[in-house]
Amino acid sequence: MISNSEKQEAQVKASPDQQAPLLEIDHVTRRFERKPDFAAKLAARLGAPINRRTVHAVDDASFAIHQREVVGLVGESGCGKSTLGRIVAGIDDPTEGRILYRGQDVAHASGEATRKFHLKIQMIFQDPLDSLNPRYRIGKSVSEAARYHKVVPEEQMAEHIEKVLLQCGVDPTTQNRFPHQFSGGQRQRIGIARALALRPDLVVCDEAVASLDVSIQAQIINLFMDLRDEYDLAYLFVSHDIGVVRHISDRVVVMYLGRIVEQGTTAELFAKPNHPYTQALLSEVPSLKRRHSSFHTIKGEIPSPLKPPSGCHFHPRCPHAMERCKLERPMLKAVASGHMSACHLNDEG
Amino acid sequence: MTTNMTSRSDYALELRGLETVFDGDKGAVAAVRNVNLAIKPGEIVGLVGESGSGKSVTGLSIMGLIDRPGRVSKGEILLNGEDLRKVSAKRLRSLRGDRMAMIFQDPMMTLNPVLRIDTQMIEAITAHDPRIDKTVARNRCRDALGMVGIPDPEERLYAYPHQFSGGMRQRVAIAIAMLNNPDLIIADEPTTALDVTIQAQIIAEMQKLCKERGTALIWITHDLTVVAELTQRVYVMYAGSVVEEGPLDDVLDNPLHPYTQGLIRSIPADNDPGSRLFQIPGMTPPIDRMPKGCRFHPRCPYVQLDCLNDIELTQTSAARSVRCAHPINQGEQVS
Amino acid sequence: MTDMTSNMNASGSSEDLAAQIAAANSFPPEPPARPIRSAIKRVLTDPLGLVGTVIVVVMLLAALFAHWIAPQNPYDLAVLDILDNRLPPGSESFSGMTYWLGTDDQGRDLYSAILYGLRTSIFVGIASAGIALVIGSVMGLISAYFGGRTDTLVMRLVDIQLSFPPILVALILLAILGQGVDKIIVALVVTQWAYYARTVRGAALVERGRTYVDAARCLALPSRMVTMNHILPNCLPPLIVVATMRVAYAVSLEATLSFLGIGLPVTEPSLGLLISNGNKYMLSGDWWISVFPGVALLLLIVGINLVGDRLRDVLNPKFKD
Repeated sequence: MISNSEKQEAQVKASPDQQAPLLEIDHVTRRFERKPDFAAKLAARLGAPINRRTVHAVDDASFAIHQREVVGLVGESGCGKSTLGRIVAGIDDPTEGRILYRGQDVAHASGEATRKFHLKIQMIFQDPLDSLNPRYRIGKSVSEAARYHKVVPEEQMAEHIEKVLLQCGVDPTTQNRFPHQFSGGQRQRIGIARALALRPDLVVCDEAVASLDVSIQAQIINLFMDLRDEYDLAYLFVSHDIGVVRHISDRVVVMYLGRIVEQGTTAELFAKPNHPYTQALLSEVPSLKRRHSSFHTIKGEIPSPLKPPSGCHFHPRCPHAMERCKLERPMLKAVASGHMSACHLNDEG
Repeated sequence: MTTNMTSRSDYALELRGLETVFDGDKGAVAAVRNVNLAIKPGEIVGLVGESGSGKSVTGLSIMGLIDRPGRVSKGEILLNGEDLRKVSAKRLRSLRGDRMAMIFQDPMMTLNPVLRIDTQMIEAITAHDPRIDKTVARNRCRDALGMVGIPDPEERLYAYPHQFSGGMRQRVAIAIAMLNNPDLIIADEPTTALDVTIQAQIIAEMQKLCKERGTALIWITHDLTVVAELTQRVYVMYAGSVVEEGPLDDVLDNPLHPYTQGLIRSIPADNDPGSRLFQIPGMTPPIDRMPKGCRFHPRCPYVQLDCLNDIELTQTSAARSVRCAHPINQGEQVS
Repeated sequence: MTDMTSNMNASGSSEDLAAQIAAANSFPPEPPARPIRSAIKRVLTDPLGLVGTVIVVVMLLAALFAHWIAPQNPYDLAVLDILDNRLPPGSESFSGMTYWLGTDDQGRDLYSAILYGLRTSIFVGIASAGIALVIGSVMGLISAYFGGRTDTLVMRLVDIQLSFPPILVALILLAILGQGVDKIIVALVVTQWAYYARTVRGAALVERGRTYVDAARCLALPSRMVTMNHILPNCLPPLIVVATMRVAYAVSLEATLSFLGIGLPVTEPSLGLLISNGNKYMLSGDWWISVFPGVALLLLIVGINLVGDRLRDVLNPKFKD
């Protein structure tokens, strides 16, 4: 086991390609299937119609995150961005595809090696109160995993935890309090400290500021950026808040109903959104600069992920939909350097 | 704004010195203190604040929906000049849902999960007009659903709330609120739980409906960007009091209160990605541990000693007021 | 930032200002709150909860120290005098001792017999509930944790168990096993574990869906740690409530079985057996032999239920009102 992980580390160090991404998501698909239980199987034997419903929460998604890079993952509810975030964080497993951490497949490996990789990818959750065990004092919440995985020797543990808490703006003397004794912003800082205590390379933030007040949001976003400078962290920033994503991200990935429809550098994507969905999404982001505006909104509801439309999932709401869009799934194609979009319009010229 | 009250029909709603307290172990604590607010028919006003600012309690107080241990303890709530604190419970019930209505963040607060939409909507009409013809009522319900952008309203009348998506449910709640053509609608974070594209649709509908019908709308939210899109005038609340009020553009371009300024500056700007965001230090104090004097002073970058004295909302120009001993002037403004 | 410092300098020493403002805003620190402790406090501040707690505590103490409090050892046949049988309350014995609650048909002091009977009843109740709790919790956790086929198997077993009337199951088991304290505990455990299993499984499924469990998995903690340190402790509140109610139920079930004469041996009478003994003499006017043990049993069960009711309200706000 030890020799194995040493070998892997050696490989990483010896890797001549410095541009190798920190994390690569390679054709990842996640299907949720309701497996028939015993009663359903019995009913099926007796002739009842089988009702097997499959949801493609994530459908053939590929992108990469480099060291120190912030990748924003945006989309509306049901687009699969949270599922993808959970897969990256190792809470959920992909049905198909690979997750490569520094070139090593993490998703399908097992044992000690996987655990080492998983520690390097940590997650911050949307609901800071629910993400902390209500029966743990926060000192224990933050130190439990660091202690179990022996991130630092036991005699340095107290110092390590104290340092991490301070860095996240939590008073270390409050370590023996319970989560409910803190405010929302403080709880989120504790959650960040817990992740940071494991010295991760990549932090997945799943709507990490969505439940916080505006003035607290700014504090936490600043904290994220400070920590990135301090530890060379990379972030996968999953959010529906496009203003925040635009502010913090180097690159943005846009998802719609389980599929990536567009990705590119933040500047490029916001300046020249290519996919009609991205265009609509960006035009409807409220901003302080747009006042008393009358919207020209995109029509229609987000379809149910249980019954996604055929071809391009966006075609029923798309102002430019053609016959081809109903039949054929558009693939991601480069529209500019580092900018990809999945839309048939790009083939029409 | 308290100076020019000429006739009682000037305002759809007027609050004068509203105070709502919650009784607890250590006596009553005020969640809302001395709130003055006035809104004309057809006007859309934003009530902005963070959690603990008292914005939702203000909305519930107007509707008479504050339950024990809370109670409205002071002030007047004038709906078309009629003080809601003095009317009978029966009169209040008949006004609610007829002359004034509320939309909540969770539409299931208004919808009954076990009743069909048509049952609930027709009931909302007959409750205030028992003699109305069933077919007429039904047609009005169908029209109301169509007006808030629900496709196939005739068919959807027969659906149950769970058969709608979140956005559609919120539309149904809006349709019910609009049914009796109320003079005032209070919307408490109605789009916060919805996606941006759906939020945009609903904001657009509300704007149109209120304009067409002359309904006064109070939009309670924590989101200044939504307020910027939608409203004409804005009240900013902090720790139970209004700290600033004025026309939208004036307040956003030229905030007088340091809190308002902090809120505006802490929103990521489009033009400066990656920069440090402005942050207001600390957090809103809990209701039973309010600081003395100006309640914002422990977080205020411009704090001075006299901020420890109590401070009232003072008018600075015809349309603007601020509750601050040292309001920001042009010179101090750092853009 | 810059305007902040300049502002402070303008109004004198910035440290001075900061100190004065801090002084004006000092609040006493909030006392640390703990869920279980505050729950106990809230049970005790409620009148009914307090009454229940007092009853339960007094009875527990009485049962625990029965051999010191009781004037007589009712199990020691040597001290019983058959001539003292069926004396009404307040009678004096040959040896000058007062039978405050009268005596039974064997000349036992009823007060002493009730104290000893209480001890047996409470012991059987708590022991059976405790063992059932452990077995049920383990089964419930296994069921929730593994899911799938294991879950189906355990839960169908629970369903089958719960579809039989408990008294019937206990009767059959005791008919097979015979009499004795250990046998009745076995019978009570068999009839009760299913309740705990269902409660724990339900609670564990809810907890498993909460974010802190995801967080623990993201921290790459082993499943054993996630289950035992994170999920199980958070299932305790509903479990405590069920356990309290189940103790009361076990006590009354044991009393019923003993009353029917298939529970405990006559030599070690529990409350149920005492009631049963007196039952024959009810019609001949010797009411006290049945009534006093009955009152004791009633008080005990009501007391436990009062505590359980309040605990449920306090620990699970959803059930309130």
